[in-house]
Amino acid sequence: MAEATALLEVHDVSKSFGAVAAVQGVSFPLYGGEAHALVGENGAGKSTIVKMLAGVHRPDTGTLRVNGADVEFAGPADAKAAGIAVIYQEPTLFPDLSVAENIAMGNQPLTRLRQIDRKAMHATAERLFARLGVHLDPTRPARGLSIADQQLVEIAKALSSEARILIMDEPTAALSAVEVERLFAVVRSLRDEGAAILFISHRFEEITELCERVTIMRDGKHVATEMVADLSVDDMIRRMVGRDLSALFPKQEVEPGEVMLEVSSLSRAGVFRDISFDVRAGEIVALAGLVGAGRSEVVQAVFGVDPYDSGIVKIRGKRLKPGNPRAAMAAGMALVPEDRRQQGLVMDLSIERNVTLPRERKLARLGLLFGGAERRAAAKWTRQLQTKLGRLSDAVSTLSGGNQQKVVLAKWLSTAPQLLIVDEPTRGIDVGTKAEVHRLMSSLAADGLAVLMVSSELPEVLGMADRVIVLREGRVAAVLNRDEATEESVMYAAMGQEAAA
Amino acid sequence: MTPLAIQKPRKPAMNFLKTRELGIVLALAALILYTTISNPRFLSGQSIRDNLLNTAILAVMATGQAVVVITRNIDLSVGSVLGFSAFTVATMMSDHQGLPMIVAIVVGLAVGAVAGLLNGVLVRYGKVPALVVTLGTLYMYRGIVYQWAGGSQVNADELPAHFLNFANDNFLGIPWLVLIALTVVGGATLVMRNYRVGRELYAMGSSPQAAELAGIRVARNLLGTFVLSGALAGLAGVLFAARFGTVDASAGTGYELNVVAAVVVGGVAVFGGSGTVWGAGLGALLLTVISSALAVLEINQFWQQAIVGALIILAICADRLVAVRIARSLRKRDAHV
Amino acid sequence: MSETSSGVSGRPDLKRFATWDTAIIVLTVLVLVVASVVVDNFGTSRNFTFMVLDLMPILLIALPMTFIIVTGEIDLSVASTLGLTSSLMGWFWNHNLSIEMIIPLCILIGAVAGVLNGFLITGLGLPSLAVTIGTLALYRGLALVVLGDSAVADFPFNYTGWVTGTLGDGSIPNVLIPIIALAVVFGIVLHATPIGRSLYAIGANAQAAHFSGIRVARTKFWLYVVSGAVCGLVGVLWTLRYSSARADNGAGLELAVVAAVLLGGVSIFGGKGSLPGVIAGVVLLTALQNALRLEDVSGQALNIVTGALLVLSVLLPNIVTTVRGNWQRRRLRQSAAR
Repeated sequence: MAEATALLEVHDVSKSFGAVAAVQGVSFPLYGGEAHALVGENGAGKSTIVKMLAGVHRPDTGTLRVNGADVEFAGPADAKAAGIAVIYQEPTLFPDLSVAENIAMGNQPLTRLRQIDRKAMHATAERLFARLGVHLDPTRPARGLSIADQQLVEIAKALSSEARILIMDEPTAALSAVEVERLFAVVRSLRDEGAAILFISHRFEEITELCERVTIMRDGKHVATEMVADLSVDDMIRRMVGRDLSALFPKQEVEPGEVMLEVSSLSRAGVFRDISFDVRAGEIVALAGLVGAGRSEVVQAVFGVDPYDSGIVKIRGKRLKPGNPRAAMAAGMALVPEDRRQQGLVMDLSIERNVTLPRERKLARLGLLFGGAERRAAAKWTRQLQTKLGRLSDAVSTLSGGNQQKVVLAKWLSTAPQLLIVDEPTRGIDVGTKAEVHRLMSSLAADGLAVLMVSSELPEVLGMADRVIVLREGRVAAVLNRDEATEESVMYAAMGQEAAA
Repeated sequence: MTPLAIQKPRKPAMNFLKTRELGIVLALAALILYTTISNPRFLSGQSIRDNLLNTAILAVMATGQAVVVITRNIDLSVGSVLGFSAFTVATMMSDHQGLPMIVAIVVGLAVGAVAGLLNGVLVRYGKVPALVVTLGTLYMYRGIVYQWAGGSQVNADELPAHFLNFANDNFLGIPWLVLIALTVVGGATLVMRNYRVGRELYAMGSSPQAAELAGIRVARNLLGTFVLSGALAGLAGVLFAARFGTVDASAGTGYELNVVAAVVVGGVAVFGGSGTVWGAGLGALLLTVISSALAVLEINQFWQQAIVGALIILAICADRLVAVRIARSLRKRDAHV
Repeated sequence: MSETSSGVSGRPDLKRFATWDTAIIVLTVLVLVVASVVVDNFGTSRNFTFMVLDLMPILLIALPMTFIIVTGEIDLSVASTLGLTSSLMGWFWNHNLSIEMIIPLCILIGAVAGVLNGFLITGLGLPSLAVTIGTLALYRGLALVVLGDSAVADFPFNYTGWVTGTLGDGSIPNVLIPIIALAVVFGIVLHATPIGRSLYAIGANAQAAHFSGIRVARTKFWLYVVSGAVCGLVGVLWTLRYSSARADNGAGLELAVVAAVLLGGVSIFGGKGSLPGVIAGVVLLTALQNALRLEDVSGQALNIVTGALLVLSVLLPNIVTTVRGNWQRRRLRQSAAR
């Protein structure tokens, strides 16, 4: 197989942004009829590779070869014309256009007068959805689709172009297990028809299940390209990280103290209903469930950034005003949100301003701020969390994902909270920082902090939590103690009857 | 999750959007009815003709503006471009009395297209937001006309008769001006609705990043959009000169406000991606009929601008209401709680 | 190859200082110096007074406008609010209200105009561009309804005289006092208070600001109220300066204000900019117009300069970034080739 010409070859490409070298001298081939995994920690340069293949970025040096011939993509249109289809990590739909138009954009079927043939367009969409086994109305606008549905439309879009090279950048992040299985079935059939697949995922079980070959990247450099069958998951992780991993989940045993947070019958129409639970000092409670089960929505309502219709949130026995994050902060609550770039940080502002944002008022003297107090506070907390940074006055966007997450943690820990809510605390950060974050949460709990954690990573939930609350479709499906929580029990509760069927 | 729930409500969003244009038609009908009852002459042939002629210029400009706004941009320079084109064409026609009308139209279109091209280049390649670019060129184009014209003006008696008559002549019983406006609005509506390039423009306004990633030729489309808006403003300048006969450097000052008003009232969302060209045309008609109704109803003419302002606000409030309602109905439909 | 590498040294240091606001401040000083040497009568104290009076409305309105644009919004209704308060001032005066009553009343009415803007934008969540284009027409329209095309001119001299007059020995115009006072207050609020910090955060990422406990909607609402009140004040000052209350007072001024603010380095997308830069932008614009007028360039032709400056203020930094990026990439390719 290795002797056949690669459908697509990445040859010694490099790409820098400003002073940062995102990709340096990476080469690997994509063969027809083969699924190829691209793995690496976040910031390893995978997305940059994807964007070069998609024609969004041009390599500074090195070349891309399609069927053995050098190509240069001036833009995404060229990549498309070369038979490359890309499913991006974040869905890129047109909210005002119908689902069918989204799928057909760029190659709409035309009538004889070169007008768009809407009937044929809708039929195509229906056919693609049938193949993916999803039920979506092709005429509805894309606006308001759930993340999972958006991702499915993206996949349908990629399939519709009948590309010979399919690139998928974490397509499964938002999908349920059933949807992932269906996607894989479709991808396998494409592969068997001779297409080349580039698959990026953080879930190793998906890689071993789907892919024949794997390329490992670290810090923008190529580490290895090998057959998946020849590597164990541990081998892959070791090569990604560059060292062995010890104690990923250093949970300390803590005797729970007083009840810190008490949520009773919290409801919001169409989002979640009748949610009740409590969190004690020193305890780590996990909210588990599938994406779309309403976990983030619940914690955002508890913190007050989202409203709720009925129910009570009490902190240390005192009722909290709804829809008021300031009151929540004053009561000792902090929320490290799910989406770091959109909710956690102001990317264009400096590290210093980001860290001190929630408590500028406390740092001011006579209502005035002259920078000194802010600088000291920011320096103290970033040092405490061992954040790797240049200057505190640099924009926070210059940091890597893991260090950005540390800035968010610093920002909220500096408010000296008694209840810390963390939503997906380790999403998209490298394995090394992951362990640091886990150690930090554990030691915070040991110091008497109450921690409420939302996580989609089952090992994280099982490793860290004293108690697991499983949500399903906006309701509490199960409450499991540490000794009752296993992969099976949590997944069963999260999927409900679907798993049984 | 349940396939049953999904099949039932077909195209609710489409229906909502249709009610927007329907709403304007109804408002228009009510206004005409009320005005006619108090003064039946409002529906006389001459009055209808005047209203349509007055709408024509605004509708031509609103067409270009609607396309620009659909791509999530704005062109504030149209009033100045109209002035530029009107003065250029009027000067040319007074110097060369024998030139046929078609030459005047082509020159007007060309002047506007060049002005629009500069806007487009600055927006696309200078990466300057359209609001800033066209605010700047609003000043610049107007300044250039003033510099050129000084205090002079072209009067009707200096212009050739066939040029002035064009505003009043009919073709198959329909005034040329109205015919041009209908062609422009109709043609643009068709292209925006049924052709690839039109849908691409909607896509660009709906999500600029996604449009780049989808391989849409954003640069070409954007330049085309601004050239179209400029060219139509140039065409409007020719029609303006022909209709009013007297042209000085201030021609069309402040028109951008009416044009944007017509587009917004006509249901084109300022954040791009939705609305229709013919809705904008209806918006132009509504604004024109309101101002002539004020005169007929003997209401203080000074109310006109306040009413335009109130209408703009009302229109965006209505859009918001519809959007919220759609969002709510979609959420209910998708919810499994 | 060697020539490119020799050009590298010193670049990073230069970059830190070469921000647009410092550039505009330097340019402004340069224009002032050159103009006083080259243009006759530019440096006279009489001309200075005129310049300050010309600068007053733009600068005062630019202060709240800077705040609003920093939060990523815009207020195009400012000049119409000015016109409305000017109109009402004349109407009140015709109805025999005392000037001491009229002035606070006008500022209050300006604030109320801001309340409507603020409510529509933050209460109903409508886009500020569209809302304030609407109120631009609405407020100017109401001004016309109040006063039509007539003018009211007989305001008491001790008020009109104060606005156009100077302090003591005659070189410092009276209006400079409120101008400086307001500029200092707005400057401190923007650059050295928690409110100022939150404005930048809102403009750069409103959602993250909301998640940090900043009351985004409420903050924006009050910005519009303040903007309205300042426009009310400027409406009063404008009327007194020309001794003439007219419905079309200040027409088109919103464009000059927005132009000056953007010229001063404030990003139209929000989150970036400084008040010293904006003040320099206003001074630059006014000084250029003043100098050109002294050189007998027609007022309308000045529009070309204003428009070009506005576009250039955004275009030039973009070009610099692009050129720098291309140049860096070329250097990388060359070093890779070697």
